Amino acid sequence: MLSASHRLHSDALSAEENRVVYGKCNNPHGHGHNYVVEVLVGGPVDPETGMVVNLADLDEVVRTRVTDRFDHTNLNLDPLFANRVPTTENLCRAVFGLLKEAMQAGELEYVRVEETENNFFEYRGE
Amino acid sequence: MIFLTRRATFSASHYYCNESWTAEKNEQVFGRCANRNGHGHNYTLEVTVGGETDPVTGFVVDLKWLKDVIEREVLAAFDHRHLNLEVPEFAKLIPTTENIAIAAWKRMEPAIAAAGGARLTCVRIYETPEIFAEYRGPQGQVFVRGVEYRGEA
Repeated sequence: MLSASHRLHSDALSAEENRVVYGKCNNPHGHGHNYVVEVLVGGPVDPETGMVVNLADLDEVVRTRVTDRFDHTNLNLDPLFANRVPTTENLCRAVFGLLKEAMQAGELEYVRVEETENNFFEYRGE
Repeated sequence: MIFLTRRATFSASHYYCNESWTAEKNEQVFGRCANRNGHGHNYTLEVTVGGETDPVTGFVVDLKWLKDVIEREVLAAFDHRHLNLEVPEFAKLIPTTENIAIAAWKRMEPAIAAAGGARLTCVRIYETPEIFAEYRGPQGQVFVRGVEYRGEA
């Protein structure tokens, strides 16, 4: 889980358009969520360990690549969102990209990010 | 393509009955669900749409819009209703969780397709936390990248 703040605002839209499109999410002072990130990896079971991946290694990758970067931060200030609105769609893709860099080819199946208990987003890299 | 899922809940009553069977056979096949006095569930509905993010807004679809579609097309008809007696689809169709998922798909798909952005890719209905049915459209795979949409006519 990561707790972060964001403000949905596009520089390509006027102030009024931003208010119409994003509603409460356009509040200039931002707001926050407890995002729940689910990471699915797939692959053959290693005959020696009986594991697809070592969970401790996976935890470490997620922590160093994702949690340390985004937890208790303002997403709008992260360089990944300098030119991109930090919607949960875009956060989901960003998390996928960060994890994919650190994993072997084909290992990462999908990333799911829950913004609230009623909304979640899933990206499979294509 | 990115997938967005919105959850909603509704409460409804139903019973299972195949009118062409005897009461005994209905009870044999459907067990407690065949009780003609009905029973109820708190259903959880998960609606998944898939598409590309808009380069300006960063949205696949506006979540509030999707919430409104779910409320207007499904919850307004199903919530706090007796499915067999008050929902037209189930006048002759048994309101199993499978059939409720298909009916919810048919109710929402035109509105989502008409909006022209993301496409409906999955409807999942939980009857209880332990049981759910999932429908991915009449072709099983509703949207294949690069292939024209093949929805039901």
